Amino acid sequence: MSHKYMPHSEEDIRLMLDKVGVESLDDLYSDVPASVIFSKEYDLPSCMSEIELRKHFKELADKNTPLTVFAGQGAYDHYSPSVIPHLLSRSEFYTAYTPYQPEISQGTLQYIFEYQSMISELTGLEATNASMYDGATAAAEAMFMLVASSKKRNRVLISATVNDNVRKVVETYTKFHGIELTVVPEKDGVTNLDSIDEELAKGDVAGVMLPTPNKYGIIEDFTGVADKVHAAKGYFAIYADPSTLAVLKTPGEWGADVACGDGQTLGMPLSFGGPYLGFISCNKGMLRKMPGRIVGATKDIDGKRGFVLTLQAREQHIRREKATSNICSNQSLMALYATIYLSLMGDKGLKEVNKLSCDGAHYLYHKLIATGKFQPAFNKPFLKEFVVKTDLDMKKVNDYLLKKGIMGGRIIGDGMVEFAVTEKRTKEEIDTLVNLMLEA
Amino acid sequence: MKTYDKIIFELSRPGRKGYSLPTDNYDTDGINEIPADLLREKSAELPEVSELDVVRHFTNLSSKNFGVDTGFYPLGSCTMKYNPKINEELCALPEFTSLHPLQDEESVQGALELYYNLQKMLSEIAGLEEFTLNPYAGAHGELTGLMVMKKYHESRGDHKRTKVIVPDSAHGTNPASAMVAGFDVVEVKSKPNGSIDVEDLKPLLDDTVAGIMMTNPNTLGMFETEIAEIASLVHEAGGLLYYDGANLNPLLGKVRPGDMGFDIMHINLHKTFSTPHGGGGPGSGPVGVAKHLVKHLPNPRVVKDENGKFHVESDNQEALGNISGFLGNFGVMMRAYAYILSLGKENIKNVGPLATLNANYIKENLKDDYLLPIEGVCKHEFVFDGLKDKSTEVTTLNVAKRLLDYGFHAPTIYFPLLFHESMMIEPTETESKETLDQFIEVMHKIAKEARETPQLVKEAPNNTIVRKLDETTAAKNPILTYRALKASEA
Repeated sequence: MSHKYMPHSEEDIRLMLDKVGVESLDDLYSDVPASVIFSKEYDLPSCMSEIELRKHFKELADKNTPLTVFAGQGAYDHYSPSVIPHLLSRSEFYTAYTPYQPEISQGTLQYIFEYQSMISELTGLEATNASMYDGATAAAEAMFMLVASSKKRNRVLISATVNDNVRKVVETYTKFHGIELTVVPEKDGVTNLDSIDEELAKGDVAGVMLPTPNKYGIIEDFTGVADKVHAAKGYFAIYADPSTLAVLKTPGEWGADVACGDGQTLGMPLSFGGPYLGFISCNKGMLRKMPGRIVGATKDIDGKRGFVLTLQAREQHIRREKATSNICSNQSLMALYATIYLSLMGDKGLKEVNKLSCDGAHYLYHKLIATGKFQPAFNKPFLKEFVVKTDLDMKKVNDYLLKKGIMGGRIIGDGMVEFAVTEKRTKEEIDTLVNLMLEA
Repeated sequence: MKTYDKIIFELSRPGRKGYSLPTDNYDTDGINEIPADLLREKSAELPEVSELDVVRHFTNLSSKNFGVDTGFYPLGSCTMKYNPKINEELCALPEFTSLHPLQDEESVQGALELYYNLQKMLSEIAGLEEFTLNPYAGAHGELTGLMVMKKYHESRGDHKRTKVIVPDSAHGTNPASAMVAGFDVVEVKSKPNGSIDVEDLKPLLDDTVAGIMMTNPNTLGMFETEIAEIASLVHEAGGLLYYDGANLNPLLGKVRPGDMGFDIMHINLHKTFSTPHGGGGPGSGPVGVAKHLVKHLPNPRVVKDENGKFHVESDNQEALGNISGFLGNFGVMMRAYAYILSLGKENIKNVGPLATLNANYIKENLKDDYLLPIEGVCKHEFVFDGLKDKSTEVTTLNVAKRLLDYGFHAPTIYFPLLFHESMMIEPTETESKETLDQFIEVMHKIAKEARETPQLVKEAPNNTIVRKLDETTAAKNPILTYRALKASEA
């Protein structure tokens, strides 16, 4: 019965059973009907020692091929500073539960406060929750906020230029919850703003969600949108890549009421899709409709500064079916990740990340066009991600690149290919990519 | 360094930096190609600090936290078991962490194999047909499972089923998840012993009921002995049974939810399968279903072909849709997979019985000083209704805070709502008899203090980094950012 994760000796078990007043461990289940007792052995592998476990994981690892990534589509290969995993591995952080006992959770509560502060700086809005699961679920719950804030309206608009994997989750959530979702069509790679006017004119729109940058990497121009949406008594949400907000016009500056998105771009490893970090920011007026945990600064009875979970009357453990959301566990440790990342990078570092990514992306873009094999798809401003048209057999090209250890551009439609470049890519890597694509 | 009291922004000095990046050697100026009116006008105010500033700051913050590695964490319904270190090592392997979620299947066969194997292992442990690992947390699993339930009824053209039955003793996420999934919530009463009142359930079961959400053992840690009858009643009425896996730990080795008649369930990998709680997350909430519901599991799904190759299926039209951006919290799954292999079939079966033994041992030792509302053998956890001696006016909150002074985490308090002074204790199987004995001794000591020096207990905590915090002002006038804090102090 002995295992390193279960410290019970035979004698411990005997003494404890005596205290409980039963004969055997099986007797602890004497109330369970025999018909539901599982009396077989699990069809599972035998236990592995650490040596065997390491070997098994090594074998699995060898079946993976880490690649030089030139694609994005919602997950970007940004640089991850060495400091972060070291600090994240402080077990006082990662083995703690949700900070329900504030007196012994000030570490968690304070970093959440710092996280809220930093994300709010990036989005240009007054408050941020901590946190949502990923960008897609953050977008879905942001839609619930728009509907809850509008009271009697039950229809929301989402641009066709929001990433497909995000839009699909918003579709699922709204469909099951009973919210009407209208997809605003795109035109030349950006949201067709005229369509928004038409929908707003119907007088039943609770809110509108538009992306920056959008799924083609294009930086859309939202001039006038906030005024129109507000004039129609709706709310305006922007789905944003937080990393880019060090340089791009912020949701706050565009006049948005809500911002949401995925914090993966704040240096988080790609990790085959997770864990990442969903965020939602809003202005104070919508605070009580916000899902998830929120931390506030306060003082203790001796007047010492401290932090507590606050506005908990929104949450499921208090409000049950009347809560703003069912979220309980979130991505707290990834919020710590983002906080440490933003502390290290600061505004200047984040701007440099964006400049390097942007310059690299433009270098690749111009180089591709110069080959004559690629044509501009939209001719719109972009930062680190863009789409080009080509007659090349991109499936064949990408298979060839894969053999060379490169994840090439993603085929997103007929002859349309999406590329992303981050600060981790070098000029030499880009030159190699283009040469290999031509020889494929 | 527990006196450290700086916010990172307060360390900021203009010109300091904590990063290094390559020199920009491109001959392009990309930002200049973006029209100025699409650019940010006023810079974000982020800290300017050195690398060492950052390291010391967060190391100091960590010392203000209590984790499982710090000490005993008997938080009921949260299953705060030991988080094995080898799992942390393995999940950090760069051959996994550097994988883009949309990489060609051929280049991620190892990751998909792990993913597939975990799906199969959980199916075996749960006694269900298939699992999706996409849900990010327990509540997300509940939502996903309820979407499966809705999709199932709708796919049969049965559109009347708008209600989900939830016991009044259930955790708040159950009714909240039902609400998010677009169901109406109907409460079924508990009997005084916390079990579902079958007589109260019967009249609720009509053709508008989509299903029932239950956990077994229930919120009081007691096994629902009438589960077989409940299952057949719900099924006869055309409903489905949802199992909330929050209380799965005591069943390991003894009972499988599928064998009890449950059609859908979620598992909290961050409870039963030892992955860290991370100060609130990330968790993982895989959802398992019986055979007739497999086709409704969300996209994408990881499958294996006859040649042993693994694939990601993304466009099953009968699926309920997508509930995650990609394939879920993969890093968390890696840890759970390592944990199951570390235990193996030989040891995993002991988890439930030993967790149950630990809980009963504490209960029997403390029921002289604390009010045990339900006698009998509990499972992995149990609930006291505060101190037995009510004359001292020392509350459950006071006892919880006094425990902090003695270096223990508090139990879950004021939940379940069935009692006024609920104190829910769950020790888990990873704690030794000596640790339990120390906890028991301290709990007795606090009971004694409550009788002899009640004021001392009422003023607790006294030895923590901060003392009782003003939560009322924090909620009335929320200060949620450093910018707001500075403004409030100005």
